[in-house]
Amino acid sequence: MVSAPDILEPVETEAPDISDIRVDSVGDFTFPERNKFDSGFGITEKTIDYIADVKGDPDWIREFRHKALKVFQEKPMPTHWATKDLENIKFDEFRYYLSDGQKPKRSWDEVPEDVKKTFDRLGIPEQERKFLAGVEAQYDSEAAYSNIKAAVEEQGVIFVNSTEGLHKYPEIFKKWFGKVIPTGDNKFSALNSAVFSGGSFIYVPPGVKVKHPLQAYFRINSEQFGQFERTLIIADEGAEVMYMEGCTAPKFETATLHSAVVELVAMKGAKIQYVTVQNWSSNVFNLVTKRGIAHEDAEVRWIDCNIGSRLTMKYPGVIMKGRRARGEVISIALANSGQHQDTGAKMVHAADETTSNVISKSISIGEGRATYRGLVHIPKHLKGCKNNTECDALLINPNSRTDTYPAISVRGNQHATQHEASVSQVSADQIFYLMQRGLTEAEAMSLSVNGFINDLVKEFPMEYSVELKRLIDLEMEGSVG
Amino acid sequence: MSLEIKDLHAQIPGREILKGLNLTINPGEVHAIMGPNGSGKSTLSKVLCGHEDYEVTSGEVLLDGQNILDMAVDERSRAGLFLAFQYPHEIPGVSNANFLRAALKARLPKGEDIDAVKFYKQLYARMDQLEMDRSFTSRSVNEGFSGGEKKRNEILQLMMLEPKYAILDETDSGLDIDALKIVSRGVNAMRSENRGFLVITHYQRLLNYIQPDIVHVLMDGQIVHTGGKDLALKLEEKGYDWVKEEMLAAAA
Repeated sequence: MVSAPDILEPVETEAPDISDIRVDSVGDFTFPERNKFDSGFGITEKTIDYIADVKGDPDWIREFRHKALKVFQEKPMPTHWATKDLENIKFDEFRYYLSDGQKPKRSWDEVPEDVKKTFDRLGIPEQERKFLAGVEAQYDSEAAYSNIKAAVEEQGVIFVNSTEGLHKYPEIFKKWFGKVIPTGDNKFSALNSAVFSGGSFIYVPPGVKVKHPLQAYFRINSEQFGQFERTLIIADEGAEVMYMEGCTAPKFETATLHSAVVELVAMKGAKIQYVTVQNWSSNVFNLVTKRGIAHEDAEVRWIDCNIGSRLTMKYPGVIMKGRRARGEVISIALANSGQHQDTGAKMVHAADETTSNVISKSISIGEGRATYRGLVHIPKHLKGCKNNTECDALLINPNSRTDTYPAISVRGNQHATQHEASVSQVSADQIFYLMQRGLTEAEAMSLSVNGFINDLVKEFPMEYSVELKRLIDLEMEGSVG
Repeated sequence: MSLEIKDLHAQIPGREILKGLNLTINPGEVHAIMGPNGSGKSTLSKVLCGHEDYEVTSGEVLLDGQNILDMAVDERSRAGLFLAFQYPHEIPGVSNANFLRAALKARLPKGEDIDAVKFYKQLYARMDQLEMDRSFTSRSVNEGFSGGEKKRNEILQLMMLEPKYAILDETDSGLDIDALKIVSRGVNAMRSENRGFLVITHYQRLLNYIQPDIVHVLMDGQIVHTGGKDLALKLEEKGYDWVKEEMLAAAA
């Protein structure tokens, strides 16, 4: 992995300084829809069949979808613990499948012009050339582009979209699909199971260490639309892979729904790192279920950065199923006015000597609200398990809000857990000090916020940490004065 | 060309602290301000820099002819005013080098960046002058620094930003004699005919190392006495009572 050294020290690295790059708004642009396939508004049995027909699903998937629809319809909203804002999601006002009916292209030149322009503008082809082992670019419901470097493919690495995965590699796909996150895990995992389309299917053969990251980019272009990608990553024994995802959407008048399911399987001694830098526009409901299983001596790391959206609910989890398995969640959340970042981590220890680590930092700006929800479970019959949880919140303005709900259940007396939480504010004197050196108020605020998360930003691959700092700068610009 | 303070009145809610202060600092001059506790020394430094806790009720501050009282804190800094803080703030997670780069960059036209190679060359040279270890470039600004290290870091910033007018607010407090010598050496290296200094101190000791051209006594928000560097010695020896007596005599 290319890990970021101190990105605040750009001399040794090529990383441009945060303030070098300025754009008005990263993803706020759209092109006219050219959809050949449109499932129409709302979700019924007919919608499911429409999607299954268009995608040419095998029977078992069609059946899987129908069952999931029932679960979705029966499950109540989790508003007894989660925000009431969920009730504002009008499921009848979304379209659940949109595509132009084209297969993903292996060359950017073959990608339709609008779509190519979109991803050009988001910098994807450039990143691919620079440092990626493979890219999948999803536009609304389907991948428009999908490519993997020949050298990586020759190692036997599979990197395709979920539809291609289930058609071409049913024996691997079927074994793990829906096993880490069952349909009925929650209302939104059920919804995704009913209408999923796109997302990545990755298989890394035993002992293969994929040197460069594989990346997926999820782009919403259409209004009143829901994106439901489904990602399944399997790292076989001793394999290693890093997967990165980015997401954007334009800001529409109406709400947009994004509800993904991501399942990771790290076999014995394998290592999966899953990096997210999402930058949704402020009308997106982002309700995502992410979980990994770590077998013996395996490691699953979620590195998660949540910027934007109206409401994000996301608690990446690791089930440490094998002895000495390790799970880690490193997360940064930034909540601006009108946004609620409800994020956290789930660590389920299911074998001896398993270790989990959760480090979460949130920043609330204006009237933004950041919530941390953590679950750590260590049952009585195990021994030698360790958990470390740290959550720090930074409040920028007097109206900013943060809440922490840690649930740590440790049974038995042969374990070690520690939990630390802090809430801090950027003080007026700190800003005065920085401004006395010539920084504007927004620059002073940006520098302070970047300082607050600096130790976590180092965990992101360098290319992403630069992007992250730029996004934070943009968020800070409107937050002062 | 000068930093001109004219009949400056400033207050915190309910209490006037500066009560008609007049002072002109020309480039090339080092002025020292001494005064008893509570006379308004630190207030003066903060008011000049635009701290929001203080309200200026009347008067003017002209920096090379331009009234800076309507300018924001950062604009005053970029116009050439620097304050070495008595209690420098810690900025967790922001490295010293990055902080200085950001501050220097703030002085360039939008979109331009500083030359990193030149920057580090200059930074290292300045740090050597202040006998600062290179590790300070990557350490977070002032975080975990000793009192003396913080003061050195203030002078490092002064040396890198090269302001037209520098205010040193009790830079000697908390320094042992060796650190005092090093810090003073740094300040003296920055003395030039193009730069004016205002050195605020409680103790004459600092002025043995940073020799002032002019010494002022600040009492109750006004400059009540001005003299040469010998004045500092007299204050050290005799305290401030004689100044008060002189004032009373003059008033009578």
